[in-house]
Amino acid sequence: MEFVELIVNGRTLSGEVEGRKLLSEFLREDLRCTGTHIGCDTSQCGACVVHVGGKAVKSCTMFAWEADGMEVVTIEGMADEDSLGDIQQAFQDNHALQCGFCTPGMVMSAAALLDENPDPSDAEIRDYLEGNLCRCTGYQNIVKAIRSVAEQRESAAAA
Amino acid sequence: MPKDYGIGASSKRREDVRFLTGSGRYTDDINVPGQAFVSFVRSEVAHGKLNSVETEEASAMPGVLRVFTGADFEGVGGLPCGWQITDRNGEPMKEPAHPILAQGKVRHVGDPIAAVVAESEAQARDAAEAVAVDVQELPAVLDMKSALEDEGLVHEDAGTNLCFDWGFVEDNKDAVDAALAGAHHVTTLELTNNRLVANAMEPRVAIGDYDAATDVSTLFTTSQNPHVIRLLMGAFVLSIPEHKLRVVAPDVGGGFGSKIYHYAEEAFCTFAARQLLCPVKWTATRSESFVTDAHGRDHVSKIELGLDEDGNFLAIRTATLANMGAYLSTFAPAVPTYLHGTLMAGNYKTPNIYVNVKAVFTNTVPVDAYRGAGRPEATFQLERVIDKAARELGIDPVELRRKNFIDKEQFPYATPVALQYDTGDYAATMDKLAEISDFEGFESRLEESKRNGKLRGLGVNCYIEACGIAPSNLVGQLGARAGLYESATVRVNATGSVTILTGTHSHGQGHETTFPQVLADMFGIGEDQINLVHGDTANTPMGMGTYGSRSIAVGGAALVRAAEKIIAKAKKIAAHLMEASADDIEFADGQFTVAGTDKSVAWGDVCLTAYVPHNYPLEELEPGLEETSFYDPANFTFPAGAYACEVEVEPETGKVDVVAFSAADDFGNVINPMIVDGQVHGGIAQGIGQALREHAVYDDGGQLVSGSYMEYAMPRADDIPDLAVDHSCQTPCTHNPLGVKGCGEAGAIGSPPTVVNAVVDALQRGGYDVDHIDMPLSPFRVWSAING
Repeated sequence: MEFVELIVNGRTLSGEVEGRKLLSEFLREDLRCTGTHIGCDTSQCGACVVHVGGKAVKSCTMFAWEADGMEVVTIEGMADEDSLGDIQQAFQDNHALQCGFCTPGMVMSAAALLDENPDPSDAEIRDYLEGNLCRCTGYQNIVKAIRSVAEQRESAAAA
Repeated sequence: MPKDYGIGASSKRREDVRFLTGSGRYTDDINVPGQAFVSFVRSEVAHGKLNSVETEEASAMPGVLRVFTGADFEGVGGLPCGWQITDRNGEPMKEPAHPILAQGKVRHVGDPIAAVVAESEAQARDAAEAVAVDVQELPAVLDMKSALEDEGLVHEDAGTNLCFDWGFVEDNKDAVDAALAGAHHVTTLELTNNRLVANAMEPRVAIGDYDAATDVSTLFTTSQNPHVIRLLMGAFVLSIPEHKLRVVAPDVGGGFGSKIYHYAEEAFCTFAARQLLCPVKWTATRSESFVTDAHGRDHVSKIELGLDEDGNFLAIRTATLANMGAYLSTFAPAVPTYLHGTLMAGNYKTPNIYVNVKAVFTNTVPVDAYRGAGRPEATFQLERVIDKAARELGIDPVELRRKNFIDKEQFPYATPVALQYDTGDYAATMDKLAEISDFEGFESRLEESKRNGKLRGLGVNCYIEACGIAPSNLVGQLGARAGLYESATVRVNATGSVTILTGTHSHGQGHETTFPQVLADMFGIGEDQINLVHGDTANTPMGMGTYGSRSIAVGGAALVRAAEKIIAKAKKIAAHLMEASADDIEFADGQFTVAGTDKSVAWGDVCLTAYVPHNYPLEELEPGLEETSFYDPANFTFPAGAYACEVEVEPETGKVDVVAFSAADDFGNVINPMIVDGQVHGGIAQGIGQALREHAVYDDGGQLVSGSYMEYAMPRADDIPDLAVDHSCQTPCTHNPLGVKGCGEAGAIGSPPTVVNAVVDALQRGGYDVDHIDMPLSPFRVWSAING
């Protein structure tokens, strides 16, 4: 067993884990951050994307101990104090989610994309979401939501 | 000016807030104190005799509570089938037993053999690997045509691999044969409808819990219909009466049909919790989902269409082999029969139709309804053969369809395959399609593609579906072993807010938003004064759940009926308060008024009076304001539409790109246009997935080759174009109070033939003699067709 301590959404959380425990499992089972979802066992679906050390990571591709001491941001850390964050709000405004299961990973990937590329084209958004599967929306409204955030941020920066 | 609340408004979804903040409560998010975990030992071979299952070593491993095998389920019921088909010879279909854990034989890769319950999930998995299974492998029965030779039997006691041979409508057969024999032209097409895996993003989960003090079992499960699971598992498998069994389906991460059925893992966890006196949890891995969730489609069909010299359709004859897989899943027999044969008239006035379906057992995962369920299979055959006929006869495919449309003056229209379409206007949706997809600009887009070295094609398609399932007395005659009504309770609270309790279940459809929209209009109160409770048999009225695009058409109708009862009672209370006759009370915008006077009382005052009945006609009227309605529809509803798709094909590689897709649907009245758009988007994406990418493939030994997302090609963001969807053509349903038809499955029904028609069009325009390619139209298949 290993002792693992993470800074999750600004709070220090820790637990004892088996070496084989994945970060996704540690977040859900030990830290009870159940917003991070597990939709596959081949690191294809992207429902478990979180940010580790500022980078978007499929949390099923890391062991929990590999994240020891790192800052982790999950979907639970994306809202502002008393309102949705801008990406979350854009997802609601544009009906970019239906069953909600892929949504945490989509939001975390969208946030990373906009950090890397503040003004992505539709094609760049679709390309970036290659690793996030959604079965409900046909992706169109997800693309629309992400584009709308880019536009809002740009006009806010210009103002 | 679009409405900003109530029916017709694109109200933002209230459920989104919890899903967007990680506060959803999916089944796997639930942990019951003291829970143990189960890991199943599953068959690694497609077909075999089960000689022995050694559990001693596994039982002694750390944390293991107990190892169960098929022997533990002697005397326990198997999984029941909810629909019985009668064979052409008058006999009932073959209905072999479906044990919870394998007994004597294994019949598909993934068939559960043993179940290890341990204190942790890791311990359960470790110990499952120590269970020694001795299986004598038998030749796998896979190809449906060979299976019918009965050389190897999936079920020895059935004596045959033919589950049933169904003819519909049997009385039509001679007339169809004669019409085809005398037709000016007969177009014939053989095609397959590829096997699919639903792949809801949330894998299935079940948690069984048992309270010995009250003798109550609780099952938390990823279900589209918790009441159906309670009925099937309680009555047919575990013999637990309803009042001792609670089934909870909390937030569910997509279903698409695959979470309708009662699965072995649900019964196992409930059973084991009673045996071990501790909660038992199972969470599927995606690999498990691929070999245990019911698959979809998998039909092999031949369709013949006879036409006269003017291009009028004279007759249709089809013969289909439908794969049932290794066992009969809950609604499997209904899919290739009453959800398929009845739809073979499509949007057309073909006078003579006969459908034959042979359902076949094979050593594969059970096959059942997947988004559309039978209707995509019917539409695919019909619309492909019409397209082929148009090309053979040199008639424009759109014109051939228009010529044969049922005219809007002909409704209600009785088809030769037993349905009565209440309303529709197929020419209107085709006109709308021509507008939104810019048929006229196609030639210039074609030239542009040619300049880029690409072939370009335009495919058009129409569909009709029968949904809002369905009148109970009718489906009972057709073999359903359940009623198909829906329920709603409207609970008006003392201060005027409202709680709706419904038997439908939302797993992405947005009911928590749309159902309150309906009541906001009826009661004249804000949507935020109304909430929806669903998904728990302990606090919702018996209902049949959500599938077949039925929730608003049937559940919404029950909601309206219950609300009407509320209004009728509230008027009596208002009449008492205003010392008037109830007949003179009018209700609008949340105010009760005495007709022709300025006397009025507000909604809130009436509600409070109902619960604080100090000034109240107690001798005539009960206090309280809560009503329930069970609504049984008079008919199916018949959404219909016209779809168009443009593809570019790279001739050197066979790669197909869908570059444009348009959908003109008639859903009748629409409650929330934003949500309807989203439903159509998702359905079309699944249909494009079926047409181009998705395929559940078994190898010759019965191994599922496409058993993970590494091999099963799910559509990704860059596979789907921006979709142009329109539902402004509206012929409201004539027999439900909202005039709604349902929109959940349309996209998945209408889109696969649209894409294939477009690819064939592109190849023919490019000079290639290709009249059909079976789905999925992978680059290899298209390249092979191009290169003969």
